[in-house]
Amino acid sequence: MMREFKPMASSEMTLDPSLKTRIETRHVTVIYGQKAGVKDVTMPIYANKVTALIGPSGCGKTTFLRSLNRMHDLTPSARVTGEVLLDGINVYAAGVDPVEVRRKIGMVFQKPNPFPTLSIYGNVVAGLRLVGIRKKSLLDEAAERALRQAALWDEVKDRLHAPSMSLSGGQQQRLCIARALAVEPEVLLMDEPTSALDPISTQSIEDLLTELKNHVTIVIVTHNMQQAGRVSDFTGYFLNGEMVEFGPTSLLFTTPKDKRTEAYITGRFG
Amino acid sequence: MRSLQARYTRDRLILIVVIAGTILAALPLTLVLGYALVNGFSSLNWDFFTKGPKPPGELGGGMAPAIVGTLIITGTGLLIATPFGIAAGILLAEYPENKLNPTLRLLSDTLNGMPAVLKGLLAYVLVVKAQGSFSGLSGAVAMAFIMVPIIAKTTESVLKLVPWNIREAGLALGLPRWRVILSLVLPAARAGVVTGLLLATARAAGEAAPLIFTAFGNSLLTYNLLQPMDTLPLRLYAYAISPYEDWHRQAWAAAVVLLGLIVLTSLLARWVTRGR
Repeated sequence: MMREFKPMASSEMTLDPSLKTRIETRHVTVIYGQKAGVKDVTMPIYANKVTALIGPSGCGKTTFLRSLNRMHDLTPSARVTGEVLLDGINVYAAGVDPVEVRRKIGMVFQKPNPFPTLSIYGNVVAGLRLVGIRKKSLLDEAAERALRQAALWDEVKDRLHAPSMSLSGGQQQRLCIARALAVEPEVLLMDEPTSALDPISTQSIEDLLTELKNHVTIVIVTHNMQQAGRVSDFTGYFLNGEMVEFGPTSLLFTTPKDKRTEAYITGRFG
Repeated sequence: MRSLQARYTRDRLILIVVIAGTILAALPLTLVLGYALVNGFSSLNWDFFTKGPKPPGELGGGMAPAIVGTLIITGTGLLIATPFGIAAGILLAEYPENKLNPTLRLLSDTLNGMPAVLKGLLAYVLVVKAQGSFSGLSGAVAMAFIMVPIIAKTTESVLKLVPWNIREAGLALGLPRWRVILSLVLPAARAGVVTGLLLATARAAGEAAPLIFTAFGNSLLTYNLLQPMDTLPLRLYAYAISPYEDWHRQAWAAAVVLLGLIVLTSLLARWVTRGR
């Protein structure tokens, strides 16, 4: 599985040899109806790093993100070709259960989406309880751990059984992060997780990412280049469904290889 | 731009038209209700709720068997219809790609439009024929045929109102689709589903036609579902076409009680969905 991987457009770039590839995509193409939303994307996602996907609206970064944990399965008009190797196993291979894939690759969405009928606690343990884990001590432990990881514990520890909708938007989003972390995924996909939040909530989530990558591998789609610069170790720049450039964030932002990347990060368009 | 005064006038004119239309639509209903109340209330008394019918020509008596029968038959019908109706609603709303879906939709729409008498006939063939006698059970089956498409329809439409992101959130946690639907989507639609159950109940409780050759009617009080049973609409119908003055009065009283039950059910439905 530990195949040699050469990041695009950065052949002379030196990568830390201790880097471990968690996910590797090969020629991933996503077709919606007739139109290809993502074209032939091949990239590595390194373990315990934050990888940012940036690019203008409609460039296919979210579509690509959702192909990683088979979220397109429920859209009849969507078709995914190519391979997404999670620890060397293609998640699209015959016989691979998408439910298993999503247990290992969790997701946080653009808009906070706690389960409205469940309490704060109920939301965090939903992924465990609904697969049949009943033991209270186990659930309590998982809930506290996940809420601490999501930096929400101190704010909600005295009202764990309050309705989830009683939380503020930023708290709801951290609750969704806690909910995703509670099932202990290997990878966490985040689709513009702060775009619906105010600057203070945004900062608390950004701070979180640096801490979280000790536990999980993070892929974050963001509209906001400053955010990508602040939180990510690697960045992929998408344009018109293609990945134009991929590399360490510090290099990609300072010495982009591709004219189009340069135009975008210097704010000439997008 | 038109003057402000002209706009106010236009606004008021349209308001008047809307109010007039509402009154026109509500008037017949109010008249029927008023007439039933005026005629029925005067005939309501303790005997009406506690005694059985008297033989033709004798004064007095009541509708205890019909009241009990209505509750038992409608309740049993609801018990039979609920799992089928909700299951069908889930299939219609959540599995649009399923091969059974178009057939089920056609069936559900057909059943919804089918006259209630035919549903009684269906229950007659399925239950009365098999059992060899009229029974409360066959009446309950006929009621269930009325309820299932209503429950399926309301369940489908309230499930479709549940935001898509709840399903995505559940699936992204690595939960199987059926689990997401049963444990996360259905609870979010609970109030709407319960309303559907209550509306179906209210609708079925007032039916007489499908019970004529199923529940059949019974002037004796019975709790046995395998025996013929009385219901309020059946008794109302029988008394309304009789030549006896006293029975006519009791038919009005039955109408009031039936209306009361239906209003109560509707209020319950409102209460369940309060604040939504």
